[in-house]
Amino acid sequence: MNTVKNDCIDTQYSFKSDFIQALSAVWPVCLGYLPLGLAMGVLGEKAGLSPFQVCFMSIAVFAGSGQFIAISMISAGASAFSIIMTTFMINLRHLLMSSSLSVYFKDVPGKKLTLFSYGIVDETFLVNIDKLKNGQWGINRSIIVNFTAFSAWALSTTTGCYFGKFIPQDAFGINFALTAMFISLLVLQLNGSIYIITALAAGFGAVAVSMIIPGNLYIVIASVSAAAAGVIIKKKVLKSGRI
Amino acid sequence: MEEYKYILIVLGMGLVSFIPRWFPLFYLSRKQLPDIIIEWLELIPVSILSALLFPALFTKDNPKIISLVSPETAAAIPTFIFAWITRSIGGTLIAGMFFYWAAGKFIFT
Repeated sequence: MNTVKNDCIDTQYSFKSDFIQALSAVWPVCLGYLPLGLAMGVLGEKAGLSPFQVCFMSIAVFAGSGQFIAISMISAGASAFSIIMTTFMINLRHLLMSSSLSVYFKDVPGKKLTLFSYGIVDETFLVNIDKLKNGQWGINRSIIVNFTAFSAWALSTTTGCYFGKFIPQDAFGINFALTAMFISLLVLQLNGSIYIITALAAGFGAVAVSMIIPGNLYIVIASVSAAAAGVIIKKKVLKSGRI
Repeated sequence: MEEYKYILIVLGMGLVSFIPRWFPLFYLSRKQLPDIIIEWLELIPVSILSALLFPALFTKDNPKIISLVSPETAAAIPTFIFAWITRSIGGTLIAGMFFYWAAGKFIFT
């Protein structure tokens, strides 16, 4: 287990080079947020929210699917408690991402960790973990990635609230942007048979669980069990040389 | 909805979103975790990716049903091959958008 001390790397680079590196890693996320954010802004406007209110939610919550569901619950007149509990359940998967990132950020000051953790969402987690695994990446770059994505999200949702209804849906296949990015990140993660086995287990597991349990808890259930199955397979089967 | 109630709901949503993001990172990064847990955490990113991707590609509707033929799956296959060959995130994103656009234009019209 070679965990690189990424925080040491940070001090070798200037803020300018950190910024350039972070931007070149995060731009696909920003592009993908554009259609999603615009759609979310339009939904907010239809639910009677002002651009300020939509912007406030994007800044305070920063959660794609969580915000979509919260807005539809608000317009359906759901209680505050049920909206907050639903948001909690939807965003529980970040618990796993946060745990998984902790391995890479030993000895990083608490303030930086707190700042960084505010911007952990599916997309920033995946971009950062891909870079962290390959070294040459640290907390500063990770923070810039998170806050660039955060700004893109706040900006595109607010814009959607003003102008979203004038913009044609799905121009140039842009609605596929995030899926395409996830596919390329998945390919980059497949570094050996154990990763492929785990990926297939999580993928098919998630499809099966998603059809049984409503909501998006299937992400947590499938990930936790597939990763556990992966560890067991690695220990029992791969060590004995049967694959 | 009254303004103050909206603000309270959103602040509540923000708090319950922040704690799961912050707590494990803040707490676990100061702990020496057992090797088996680290190995498990190593497999979490690939698991989350697949758990997000597969249902998005192969199911539809709510409650979800299996759907194997769609512009998404038609675009996903060449996108995967493109990613495998180029190993470029940005390039795959642009190519994937093109494949999806082409699938909608020429196959699923």
